[in-house]
Amino acid sequence: MASVTIEPTAARDLAAKGGKPQRLAPNYWPFVMPALVVIGAVIVFPWVFTLWMSVNSWTLGQEQTFTGLDNYIRLAGDMRFWESMWHTLVYTALSVIAPLILGTLAALIFDGEFPLRGFLRGVFVMPMMATPVAIALVWTMMFHPQLGVLNYLLSLIGIGAQEWIYNQSTVIPALVLVETWQWTPLIMLIVLGGLAAVPREPYESAEIDGANAWQKFRYLTLPMIAPFLMIGVIIRSIDAVKSFDIIYAMTQGGPGTASETINIYLYNTAFSYYDIGYGSAMAVVFFFVIIALSFVLMMVRARTNWSDMEER
Amino acid sequence: MIPKMTHRMWNRLGLFFVALVMISPVILFFVWMISLSLKYEIDNGAYPPILIPENIAWSNYAKVFEENNFLLYFWNSILVTGAATILALVIGVPAGYGIARLKAEKAAMVIMIARMTPGLSFLIPLFLLFQWMNLLGTLWPQIIIHLVVTVPIVVWIMIGYFETTPKELEEAASIDGATSWQVFRLVALPIAKPGIVVAFILAVIFSWNNFVFGIVLASRETRTLPVAVYNMLSFEQVSWGPLAAAALIVTLPVLVLTMFAQKQIVAGLTAGAVKGG
Repeated sequence: MASVTIEPTAARDLAAKGGKPQRLAPNYWPFVMPALVVIGAVIVFPWVFTLWMSVNSWTLGQEQTFTGLDNYIRLAGDMRFWESMWHTLVYTALSVIAPLILGTLAALIFDGEFPLRGFLRGVFVMPMMATPVAIALVWTMMFHPQLGVLNYLLSLIGIGAQEWIYNQSTVIPALVLVETWQWTPLIMLIVLGGLAAVPREPYESAEIDGANAWQKFRYLTLPMIAPFLMIGVIIRSIDAVKSFDIIYAMTQGGPGTASETINIYLYNTAFSYYDIGYGSAMAVVFFFVIIALSFVLMMVRARTNWSDMEER
Repeated sequence: MIPKMTHRMWNRLGLFFVALVMISPVILFFVWMISLSLKYEIDNGAYPPILIPENIAWSNYAKVFEENNFLLYFWNSILVTGAATILALVIGVPAGYGIARLKAEKAAMVIMIARMTPGLSFLIPLFLLFQWMNLLGTLWPQIIIHLVVTVPIVVWIMIGYFETTPKELEEAASIDGATSWQVFRLVALPIAKPGIVVAFILAVIFSWNNFVFGIVLASRETRTLPVAVYNMLSFEQVSWGPLAAAALIVTLPVLVLTMFAQKQIVAGLTAGAVKGG
């Protein structure tokens, strides 16, 4: 009843002000405004400023000069930059694949029923929330070639001592081990969400048809959790590309530059050499790499969903 | 009937042990972390390694607080995380509400891109800005830059949450003559409490854990815990006991929160995850 009386008044009011008559809608913009101001200041302003700095040559304490695309040209010919790109690619690929496989496995286990399930899941989730730097320091001690507990554990099963993060050829896998330890639970949680929505009936008929466990997983579970796996891949990729705390705290990109990812090289350029202009150009490229990556992954995801629907 | 039941019991027990194997790296890690923090240097340097020492070195914990100004850094962490979280809630909860009701896809997009952008890329310009404003040396730069982490998380979770709360009640209230603010304050906000709790917890954790902003912006007096524990490494020679003790002190508040608020964290991360893309 009330709406009948309000709406014409509102329409008349608007008409009186010369606006088009429209449905009375609560004004939501005042709610969004403060956040827009803050986001403008701490997020959008830095983006624009970085873009501007990237076309200048400026080392802190020295003269700033506009140099156009010089920084980007320098970047294209910078071997250390391309190497860091390669490290990032390897690091990211491994840090997506390993948690994806282990996380799915964990989800299949935790989807079942067993004693203390809630508690064990709580323990499993802890690494994800733990402070990365603190974790990294303890891993560093565990990786110690002589005194570390990991080499001792390996010796128990007859495997020789490894140099872990202290060797150029094993440093990235060792870091990925930490990353996997930390982020496998996230994949588990995401896949667990997918498994919760899986219907029972197809499994019952599959059992009648005599399908084994692997066949049930491959032909029933996997297609149904595929969209969730894709979400896991997207989130994990974006996080792994940006990974900083663990790498910086454990190796600072070393030994040499063997574990220097784009993020670490960017940090060194901007805050060790104070080469602000060049660092900004790197930040801009890095930004677009991440945007491109997420765009590609979302396209893949959209396609997966679509083909999924077609099958049904 | 009976064989079937025992079969099921064995299944459950089997699954329990498989799950135990699955999480054993987590248990081993934390047990070893505690062990390291409670051993004297002789025991920490022993080979083969000792899990439970004869003499327990509680002094490691005392050392952390005595020699490293850890109380100050603890306080700094509380101030930075507290301020950044409260500000983010004050700004972000209404914003999440507004964006959800406006269906402002573009605003949501900006938030999402902000979440994907590496923290480092905000640091260069903001570092220069803070230097120019002469704020370095105070906690303000860190509080402000932590908003880069907390605001998008809060807004993101609240958008998702308000999208699921019913609009009908709000419409009824505004028909009865409530202003937009009253509708938000008296109708929308009370329903959203669980969502706010989730946003609060995740903002606290991600702000507390943040390291990269601190190493650039913190001075000797304004270090937060993650930076402080990292800086212990650069001391003359690293003694493992106190270092492990410090690492445990830094991460313990977060782990306790994780244990108690497991449900909220799982909800927040999967909601954020499923929506995040």
